[in-house]
Amino acid sequence: MGNLEILLQAPIFSVQLLIDGLLVGSIFALAAYGMALLWGVMNIINISQGDYVILGGYVTLTLYNAGIHPLFGVPVAAVVLFFVGWAIYRMVIFRVVDRDLFISILATFGISILLQQLMDQIFGADIQSAESGLGTLFLFDNQVTVGQIKLVAFAVVVVVGVALVLFFKKSRMGQAIRATAQNARAARLMGINTDRVYAMTFAMNAAICGAAGALVVMTWVIQPFIGLAYTIRSFMIVVVAGLGNIAGVVAAALGLGAAEQFAAFLLGAEFQIGFVFGLLVVILLLRNMVLKRQRQVLK
Amino acid sequence: MNGPGKMGLYLGLLVAALVIPQIPVLQPYLIQFAFLWVMILFAMTWDIMGGQMGYNSFGNIVFFGVGMYATAVVQRDLYFTVEEYAEVAGGEQAALTVAEYLTGLGLGMATGAVLAVLIAAVLGSGILGLRGHYFAICTLGLGIAAGELASGWDYIGAGSGLVTPLLPDELGERGPFFYYVFLVLAVITFTVLKRLYAGQFGLAINAIRDDEDKAEALGLHATRYKTVAWCVSGFFLALTGGVFGNLVIFIDPTDVAFAGPTFGVWMVLMAILGGKGTLWGPVIGATVFHVTQEFFWTYLFGWQRVALGLLIVVVVVFFPLGIVGWLRERWPQRFGEVVDEEARRVQVSLEGER
Repeated sequence: MGNLEILLQAPIFSVQLLIDGLLVGSIFALAAYGMALLWGVMNIINISQGDYVILGGYVTLTLYNAGIHPLFGVPVAAVVLFFVGWAIYRMVIFRVVDRDLFISILATFGISILLQQLMDQIFGADIQSAESGLGTLFLFDNQVTVGQIKLVAFAVVVVVGVALVLFFKKSRMGQAIRATAQNARAARLMGINTDRVYAMTFAMNAAICGAAGALVVMTWVIQPFIGLAYTIRSFMIVVVAGLGNIAGVVAAALGLGAAEQFAAFLLGAEFQIGFVFGLLVVILLLRNMVLKRQRQVLK
Repeated sequence: MNGPGKMGLYLGLLVAALVIPQIPVLQPYLIQFAFLWVMILFAMTWDIMGGQMGYNSFGNIVFFGVGMYATAVVQRDLYFTVEEYAEVAGGEQAALTVAEYLTGLGLGMATGAVLAVLIAAVLGSGILGLRGHYFAICTLGLGIAAGELASGWDYIGAGSGLVTPLLPDELGERGPFFYYVFLVLAVITFTVLKRLYAGQFGLAINAIRDDEDKAEALGLHATRYKTVAWCVSGFFLALTGGVFGNLVIFIDPTDVAFAGPTFGVWMVLMAILGGKGTLWGPVIGATVFHVTQEFFWTYLFGWQRVALGLLIVVVVVFFPLGIVGWLRERWPQRFGEVVDEEARRVQVSLEGER
């Protein structure tokens, strides 16, 4: 906890941590939004969520190694992951949509392991990242540094977010997805092809994650086995925000990003992942305590 | 199967299990057979939650690691100071007498089991108040968090691991000794679970699996039963872990103790493969998995873990009943179930319409 003193003596450090955290948190918001989408529409909790993020990162990395600027990786990763998601839906997920959560959690757990190990075999277990070549901004007499790529990433997240909201409000497919989320059976009776809607939802979720992954590889690092952390983060954000609450998802994601940065600074960077998992347990315990007040059993 | 036939089967298996170490051809492979018992223990303990109660637990490996570390630490601290041990462990390992070794092992296993039950009770009473999917995700992080913690904690050797004392020469070879220890552990676990499932406890957790809301509405203390089930699972896993640490001698925090990607995944797969929610399913699943793994998987050169993920998806999606579950649906009479042909026809026709 020695770092706490540094933080108290030089408050400018907390501005640095806060900015870093908020910018990183915006990327979490994307993945969490996708998870809320799947959960709300298909009632599937997707454990392989974080692995799509990492896969999107590797798509971008491959482009980068071929000499293409990683920012182009954002649309490319989204498109590639869209088809990956579509294929996974057509092969596995459509068989588990109507079944209970037990089966779908296990099935996505299997997919998660499959993707992790495939990435490990193909890209190697090393930690990698793509250099964007953008400069660094210096603020407050050079005491706070912000990589410009992080600002670009933030802008991309905002654009993608607005596009998604418009898609769900305006387009026919977006309306069909919302109708299916409200009541799948009624939607089917109204002539909506719910199977197509599910496929679209699943593929879109993968695409969103892919875009997020492209941003992760530029601003941070990727490694085949850290996908699980993104799954946990997304889940945590959705649990805190609740389903169908976009503002809540954004707020929770930014908050998580900032909290992680502060925790990593105070406890040491090696405990950041441990902090994420610990926070999950705490949140679930708190949630249980809150809910328990409303529950009654025979004594 | 009727009573005496069943008794004969159990006895036959037990005799076969006891005779295996005496067969000269098999003696070089006794460690492998000991691993088989470990696998069976993994699958059986996972099935308490996953199969009988319908709660996915991806973090049961925590109890395994806790038991292993607790045992090793007790064995270490009982007869040595830390500095002494570090010295000895650097060159050759500490030599213990038979009595010292067994006391350390026994005390360590007991400590580990108590610790595991405490962890399960404290965490479980909190998390298990929630429904299954919250529990599943929560346990997913648990194993990894524990691994990270163990890798950073100097007292238990941090990332460089911990070495357990060597088996004293008087107790014979490692193979037969650990084979018998694990055999005893597996038989005890099986017997205890068999009794538990046959009684009120089994009915209660099956009710939770089938419809938790209804079970609660009927006055069942669901959270209490769920917590106890997790404690039972943790208890036996911790005992397994304690002995396992002594079998492999070197404890690595993430590759042996909290080995989520291998043991943690295997236990899920083995239980489902054999048939979750059945008594014999996990045993059969573990046996099939271990034997095929030994024979074929080594030839996949690193792709076996990819195949593992694929196998989970295939088994969960296409073969969710597992081997025993499938047999049971095929020949229900053999499993002592009375089939009402009329009701069955109605059910089949209803399923056809869907």
